[in-house]
Amino acid sequence: MWKWLHPYANPEVSYHFTGKLIPWLSALAAIFLSIGLVWALAFAPADYQQGDSFRIFYIHVPAASLSMGIYLGMAIAAFTSMVWQFKLADASAAAMAPVGAVFTAIALITGAAWGKPMWGTWWIWDARLTSELILLFLYLGVIALHSAFEDKNLAGKAAGILTLVGVINLPIIKYSVEWWNTLHQGSTVSKLGKPSMSVDMLWPFLFCFIGFALLVATIICIRFRSEILARNSIRPWVRALVLAQTTLPQVSLSQVKSTENK
Amino acid sequence: MQFDSFSAFLDMGGYGFYVWLSFGVSAVLILVLIVSSMIGHQQVINNIAIRQQREDKLRQVRKQGKNAKRNANQVSTNKSAEKVAQ
Repeated sequence: MWKWLHPYANPEVSYHFTGKLIPWLSALAAIFLSIGLVWALAFAPADYQQGDSFRIFYIHVPAASLSMGIYLGMAIAAFTSMVWQFKLADASAAAMAPVGAVFTAIALITGAAWGKPMWGTWWIWDARLTSELILLFLYLGVIALHSAFEDKNLAGKAAGILTLVGVINLPIIKYSVEWWNTLHQGSTVSKLGKPSMSVDMLWPFLFCFIGFALLVATIICIRFRSEILARNSIRPWVRALVLAQTTLPQVSLSQVKSTENK
Repeated sequence: MQFDSFSAFLDMGGYGFYVWLSFGVSAVLILVLIVSSMIGHQQVINNIAIRQQREDKLRQVRKQGKNAKRNANQVSTNKSAEKVAQ
């Protein structure tokens, strides 16, 4: 049943497959984001309590849920690599970490900029905000571990252990607004499948969310391809590809030949 | 359209600073991420190319060295052969 998946475990096949995906993903991301963001900024109604500051929601919530989604993806990749010794999974985890870190930072910054006018403070050490900050530190730790070792397999293992330990933070972020008293409001979109949100606010949100998700997928594909090349640099297919795509002047080879003739 | 004029759009009902701060910082961070990922990809390719060229050069030099040694050996054996003939 899973046999169709097997060829994609080959680095060369996944490199070319993700290369074909990128134009489609990025075009769709551009379409969804431009529709969603214009709708969110100019056409969606203002909130009856929060006024136009509510428009921050259209970035804040997609960024926050993607920051957790990317972490979950990274944890699944780390688990796969650890259990089945599947090397490509390490490459994908290393590709996801910086993207996740940026979206966590966006969630924190937009949250602060929304908190200031609504709560009267940029930051408060309550459960939701603190656990999201810890998520940022987990991402930074994973990035640091991936680049701390010359041996990429060892680096993947170390980063994978940190990733898997850090998974405990995900339910804490998700349920922090229910478990503890907090300034942060509860969930409005995914409330038991029945969003407590007006439809003319929900649609632009869905466009923004799908657009950001496609954008994340595009960036992860770009970084995943770099990771594949860096980890397979001695393979013949990489050597051929590098020779064709390098922007460096090809002088040294001809120089060697000319000195040989003298 | 929720706003009557462009200035009203920029003002965002008094929350302009916070709304545009959020959208601006997010746009900058995402653009930096995209550009650095694309530059990083080319850098990986160039780094591999540099290493590849260095390896090729080493291999050529090694081959040259071996040839030179073999030539030197041949010359010396020729000379000793000449001596024997004399």
